[in-house]
Amino acid sequence: MAVCVAVIAKENYPLYIKTLPNENELKFHYTVHTSLDVIEERIHSVSKNTNDLRELYLGLLYPTEDYKVYGYVTNSRIKFIIVIESTNATIRDNEIRSMFRKLHNAYTDMVCNPFYTNGDIIEST
Amino acid sequence: MLSGLSCLLFRLENAFYELAQAYYHHESRVVKAHRDHLNKTTHALLFVRHQFKVAFYNELKQDSHTALKHYRQAYLHLHELRITDYNLLEIKTNSCIVNFKICKLCFEHNTPLDAISQFRRHVDIYKSKIGTADLAFEHSAWMSKQFAVFGDLFEEAIRAGLTAIQTQHPGFYYQEAARYAIARKQLCRGLCPAELKYPASDPLAEADKMEYYGQRPWRQGHQSLEAPSVQKEREGIQALQYRECQVDHSWLVIPLLSSAIAQFKKYKSPRMKRYLVVQMGEEYYHAKDYSKALALLGRVTWEYRSERWWSILTNILQLSLRCAYLVMSFEEYVTVSIELMGRYAQVPREEKIRIQMNLHKIFQDEVPEPEHGCEHDSVEKGRALWTTISAGGKSRSPIVVEMNSITAFVECKACFTADSFLCESPVTVKLGLHSFAPMPIRFSQLSVRFSNEAYNQFGIVVDENAVDDPIESTSYLKPGQTLWHTFQFIVEQDDVDCNLSIAGVDLVLGSLEGCCATLRWTDGGGDAIVHPFATQVHRKKVALNADFSVVSWDVLPSNYSTHISPREANLDVQLLQKGPALVNEFYLMTVSITNTEVAQISNVRTSISVVTAVADAVATAQPNTFLYEDIDLPCSQLISMPLLEELKPNQKVDNVAYVRCVDSGARLMCIQVSYQIPIDISGKMSMCNCMKEITSSIEVCEPFNITVSLTNMKFEKIEKVQLGEAFLSRMEVKCLSPWPVALQGSSLNLAKLVKFADEESLSQLTDVSLKQNDCAVEFRCLLSSGQTPSEIDIGSYSIEWRRVQNGAAVPFASTTVSLPTVEAEPIPLSLHVDMPAYGHMKAVLPLTYLLHNQTPFVQDMEIAMESSEAFMLSGHKQLFFRILPDSQHILRYNLFPLFPGYVTLPRLRVNMVRYSGVLDQLSSVVPTHIFIKPFEKKVSA
Repeated sequence: MAVCVAVIAKENYPLYIKTLPNENELKFHYTVHTSLDVIEERIHSVSKNTNDLRELYLGLLYPTEDYKVYGYVTNSRIKFIIVIESTNATIRDNEIRSMFRKLHNAYTDMVCNPFYTNGDIIEST
Repeated sequence: MLSGLSCLLFRLENAFYELAQAYYHHESRVVKAHRDHLNKTTHALLFVRHQFKVAFYNELKQDSHTALKHYRQAYLHLHELRITDYNLLEIKTNSCIVNFKICKLCFEHNTPLDAISQFRRHVDIYKSKIGTADLAFEHSAWMSKQFAVFGDLFEEAIRAGLTAIQTQHPGFYYQEAARYAIARKQLCRGLCPAELKYPASDPLAEADKMEYYGQRPWRQGHQSLEAPSVQKEREGIQALQYRECQVDHSWLVIPLLSSAIAQFKKYKSPRMKRYLVVQMGEEYYHAKDYSKALALLGRVTWEYRSERWWSILTNILQLSLRCAYLVMSFEEYVTVSIELMGRYAQVPREEKIRIQMNLHKIFQDEVPEPEHGCEHDSVEKGRALWTTISAGGKSRSPIVVEMNSITAFVECKACFTADSFLCESPVTVKLGLHSFAPMPIRFSQLSVRFSNEAYNQFGIVVDENAVDDPIESTSYLKPGQTLWHTFQFIVEQDDVDCNLSIAGVDLVLGSLEGCCATLRWTDGGGDAIVHPFATQVHRKKVALNADFSVVSWDVLPSNYSTHISPREANLDVQLLQKGPALVNEFYLMTVSITNTEVAQISNVRTSISVVTAVADAVATAQPNTFLYEDIDLPCSQLISMPLLEELKPNQKVDNVAYVRCVDSGARLMCIQVSYQIPIDISGKMSMCNCMKEITSSIEVCEPFNITVSLTNMKFEKIEKVQLGEAFLSRMEVKCLSPWPVALQGSSLNLAKLVKFADEESLSQLTDVSLKQNDCAVEFRCLLSSGQTPSEIDIGSYSIEWRRVQNGAAVPFASTTVSLPTVEAEPIPLSLHVDMPAYGHMKAVLPLTYLLHNQTPFVQDMEIAMESSEAFMLSGHKQLFFRILPDSQHILRYNLFPLFPGYVTLPRLRVNMVRYSGVLDQLSSVVPTHIFIKPFEKKVSA
């Protein structure tokens, strides 16, 4: 299971960050924030090369000693980040992909809400 | 000599090299031979040792591939050993050395991936092998060392030419090393009690004289799985813990962090770098170097703020606040407090209240409460610093806090109530202050600064009430409430037609006499820094004149620039003209100005200019419209009318001007009238400049349509002219002007190769007057004088004219058209016929043909005169003759008409032997008919 899920706005500010309870939440904020470096670099290198459709799923961004950070960027540059413990070997790439897909669908549903203003912090109940 | 010496040296070197190699080879063979006698169950330790020895000899032999192979073997054997708490340190120490060798050789062989995977395996194997719980810090120290050493190896390889990528570079290893170093520090804190004493027996005395690496000095050479003496074991651990306590861990962490920062900077990871800077700041904080920590943290807050990561920002600010308290940095303390009380700081309300109380105390020259979580002795030092300052009775120097760069608890929005103000009405500025602080707060002064400093005096509000007095007044802000101030003033005449903007807003916290902080916004405050994105775009704009008290604070506009526009002019300006104008004429326009102001105006200046459309300006570089103040004066694109000293109310003046347009189409004229009028601005009379501008369009059309055609002498249209033959030019002038036009005359301006057929050619269109759609036609007889066949340019035709109604006041205008170019062709023979205009019945009609040879050769001619029923004729019926070059032959005939009326002449056939078909050309020139008058009828008496 993922230990942290984050939705980051186009301008790189956090829209939603959820971590496992009783974990050091701030540490995950830093982890998510630093992973934006890699995401930005990937987006830039792709947009420079071709006009082709970019794959939304970016895969493993970088491994740290304890966690694996996966990234996904929508066409409107909303970034989804999922952090998984390195020791957890049971999760495969497909499952990460499907997690992202579900997250994307949930985000799309949320944006469809007429009471939501684009760019606002997301509140989950 | 020298080369000989170096040659010798080289040979000597080779000889030594071979000797050395042979020696190392031999040594490794000895070790290998020894190894064959070994048995895996009893000599497991020796297996490692022998492999390492062989590898090392091979390395010395400079056979690094074989060396790597044996090192790997050694590593495998090491891994197979059984690990206990007592031999763990030895195994780890040895594996560390072997791993270092393997990684180093892999990098040297340019196989960095092998090095990385070896290192990963190494770390994964030993990560969980902590060993004795009391010495856990030793494991962290060892892990930290592994990462740091690998980072160094990696960096060395990069310096030797390896390229790293953003997600795989030495920075990550330094970062991990720092992380383990921090963990080591924490373990040391937990495991080593402060009151620990070094044991009297000194179990570490032998530590420097050990036979084998990684063994405990108090049980050297001991290989069993149990400790030889429990007492000695405990003392040894105690001694190690005591030593660990003496280590300054922060100075192990900080250099690792700074190496990592350098790497992340190099590999384009600004956020990771920032995170490490924060960690470094924290480490300085733990090392009690608070001012350095404060400086480091201050460097990164800006980015977290602009990216709106409030949780991280709050964390950094809280640490900064502690540092600021401990080193008594007044300015930092106030700035950080202001930000932590703000709405974006993720701090509980109680904490905010506490911060606000501390802030309040500072401005009362009292000592603030210490922050939580600080070291006890540091707090004492900090408190002492604060106390000396406040006890000294000296006020601190006032400080300025730049509010645009922080997210403060008080927000300010200043706005002009309109985008532009008329110079005679007062300028209104509305300024709102909104507090997000948990408690009410009082400011002692509010001042608005303008781009023109002269108005600053109008924007000051001072609150005389004591700071802790809860009376509501001009600067007493309650939480969540917006306080509105309105400022009004009249601008000076110098600022008319200029932009006026709010340069800044200053809010003073604390008493003006004592200790105070000025919160300074540049521009009109607002939320440009905090909400640079979405909020401003998506939300509806609030009108500037709306009632701000009912609008939510976040959507309030901030409009900190306005335009001071001049007073609206009250003049009636008209351009009187009767269009359309005609091309090239001097067209009369009248500018009529009527003063509809209530007062007398003075210094009335009028100017007329031609408005050039942008598209026209590009297409035609030449101006096509000229303005004249009077006909005699030179033209220009902009003319000024004479200055009018004064104009009474309802008085009217007319000015005339002329315009001449060189082509047709519409023209836009711009008339500007500027004047001064005395007006009353809040009881003071002052001269106010006003300006009125109108544009008016003039239609311009061509006066004539002139068509030109050429005919031969028989008035038949021709396409070509013949050299030396006369022809007619027909000019038809059709009047298009709606006004009657008088033609003064016309003239032909002939080109070089064309001349008039007669000596004198007078215009047939003198003093002719044409109405619309009237036509005038004239002919001119011309002769082409060229010698060679060519396209010839005839010249141009111009007519002088003016409107009938204008009379003699206006000079004649001239319209010119160019005549067509025609092809002129030579003819070998020209034929002229000389005969009377008409004949009489039964009276002799002489007919002379004159043939002229135009060629430079003798020509054989052949003519035949056909007979005609209408005439009797005498002369050559058929004749052969020759004409010399450029000479004539005359044929004379006498005709005797037999019928009256328009009768056909006998036809003359001319044939030139050399030029057949010349007759066709001639026939157009030769007359074919003549009118024969009948007999006079005698009127009988």
